[in-house]
Amino acid sequence: MMKEIVNNEIPASAGNIAVQVDDLTVAYNYKPVLWDIDLEIPEGVLMAIVGPNGAGKSTLIKSILGILKPIAGSVSIYGKPYDEQRKLVAYVPQKGSVDWDFPTTALDVVMMGTYGSLGWIKRPRQKEKKAALEALEKVGMLPFKNRQISQLSGGQQQRIFLARALVQNAAIYFMDEPFQGVDATTEIAIINILKELRKAGKTVIVVHHDLQTVPEYFDWVTFLNVKKIATGPVKDIFNDDNLTKTYGINYKVSIQE
Amino acid sequence: MNSAQIEIQLIASLVAIACAIPGTFLVLRKMAMISDAISHSILPGIVIGFFITHDLNSPVLILLAALTGIITVILVEYIQKTGLVKEDTAIGLVFPALFSIGVIMIAKNANDVHLDVDAVLLGELAFAPFDRCIVSGVDLGPKSLWIIGAILLITITLLIAFFKELKVSTFDKGLAASLGFSPAIMHYGLMSVSSVTTVGAFDAVGAILVVALMIAPAATAYLITTDLKKMLWLSIGFGVLSAISGYWFAHWLDASIAGSITTMLGFIFLLVYLFAPSKGIIAVLYREKQQRTEVSLLTFLLHLKNHTEERERHVNHLQEHINWQKVRAKTVLELALKNNMILVEDNIVSLTEKGDEFTSLAIDYIISNKDTKIEDMKDDFFLFRG
Repeated sequence: MMKEIVNNEIPASAGNIAVQVDDLTVAYNYKPVLWDIDLEIPEGVLMAIVGPNGAGKSTLIKSILGILKPIAGSVSIYGKPYDEQRKLVAYVPQKGSVDWDFPTTALDVVMMGTYGSLGWIKRPRQKEKKAALEALEKVGMLPFKNRQISQLSGGQQQRIFLARALVQNAAIYFMDEPFQGVDATTEIAIINILKELRKAGKTVIVVHHDLQTVPEYFDWVTFLNVKKIATGPVKDIFNDDNLTKTYGINYKVSIQE
Repeated sequence: MNSAQIEIQLIASLVAIACAIPGTFLVLRKMAMISDAISHSILPGIVIGFFITHDLNSPVLILLAALTGIITVILVEYIQKTGLVKEDTAIGLVFPALFSIGVIMIAKNANDVHLDVDAVLLGELAFAPFDRCIVSGVDLGPKSLWIIGAILLITITLLIAFFKELKVSTFDKGLAASLGFSPAIMHYGLMSVSSVTTVGAFDAVGAILVVALMIAPAATAYLITTDLKKMLWLSIGFGVLSAISGYWFAHWLDASIAGSITTMLGFIFLLVYLFAPSKGIIAVLYREKQQRTEVSLLTFLLHLKNHTEERERHVNHLQEHINWQKVRAKTVLELALKNNMILVEDNIVSLTEKGDEFTSLAIDYIISNKDTKIEDMKDDFFLFRG
């Protein structure tokens, strides 16, 4: 099924912290949406970022990836700034952030994942196309490779986005609500791929909404609400106390054991 | 055709190509109105450049005008960023202000400059062959041909070099940024090319019509294709087609060339808008009608499947039972018969094996929404084409 994914080079001296965030503060129009975030994400975890709407979950990911400029603080990927570590990182934005009527095919969108390693000006060739086709196969979308992207269902579009991240062959994957608006089958397919990524030693960080599935899907969790509430292994910190602190209401999570 | 006629058509075609390329990306980025803003607000740049150089074709003038174009974009973004007004309002505030500065500058100095508002707004392609590029006594052709040729060459070179970057930053800004292709660089790059092209085309077609040359061919192409490269080619094709047919239309009417080209652009868009194979109005209406019929057919088949009693399946009862008008009921009945899905014996309708199978499959699909189940049915029915 899943082909062996070859690790990009990871500096050995950096220890096992994949992502380190120090004193990060991000503001929109001088209104802080993330306040003094300190966060260490160990290598090889499958982590959920949870928190209410407007908690800054997407903002945190975008700041780590340099898409948003923080007003204070710093981020490092395996001990170095993001700019130097780009190739170690893959990003799956929210599905709604792009125009699905754009004139392009599923295969072409997945190919975009290879652009980072190509750099400026160089065009994708057979090697990149082959990688894109393999990624499409992994997410079960090979039969749809020539479909125009607006002709795909919501779940299929999300799989295309996932394939585009897979083709980047990164060490760290950031995903912004990959389960939003997808059917149950796609959700299972996606989580299985994420678990396989973790098995291959990758770090996967997911903005997640459905609290019920956190213990089943993830092994690490970060509670966020403008400030960081808690971060750590799901089995240790995923409890009513942290949920109440994060969501502000007296929260009783009913987890079926 | 005399040489002036050929030259005019050549200039018009090159202008059309140079506009269609950035225009395609502007349309995809939903920035059509920005090109309108640029085309107007470069006027003060052109006027200042003209005062300095006294030559409408001077590179200094082109650079100054392009700079005003970029300033427009920056101003619009700055006003928009305050969050006090929306983008369209910001555009509406900025370009008339800059344009009117240009108009006043022309009016104040109209006596000693060969530059009038009419020419600025509408351009004058017919005069283009008179302004020759003569190097040490050798006539190299009209100046504007050289200018637009040079601009086009730069545009094409940039397009080929940065096609991938333009594509990814247009489709997904976030991904482009995370891959290291600064969306800001691509944005201002595209804005610069659009500004320079606008200035180059300005002389030929004027401020109002240059917008049409940027937007209309791309909008037309967008209706036909689902492939970015094809969209670029088609935009170029529609642009050139309009340029040449527009020229002859103007020749025949003895009217403004620029106006005629724009009329052709509008006409071609209208044709495609009506007759495009899948997105055209007629195709859409036809498909909707077909879908209605097919939904009716399916309802009808399902009714037959669910009711074994003969009373429910009598031809006369069907009409009142499913509550359709006579015409619709007849269409559906005929469609089902034609596809061998039903049998009519003694006015009693029953499903054939094929009809039964089809109904099960279709219901299955509607419930599960699994594409693989209906791949074979897709050719026969619109309903399942997604």
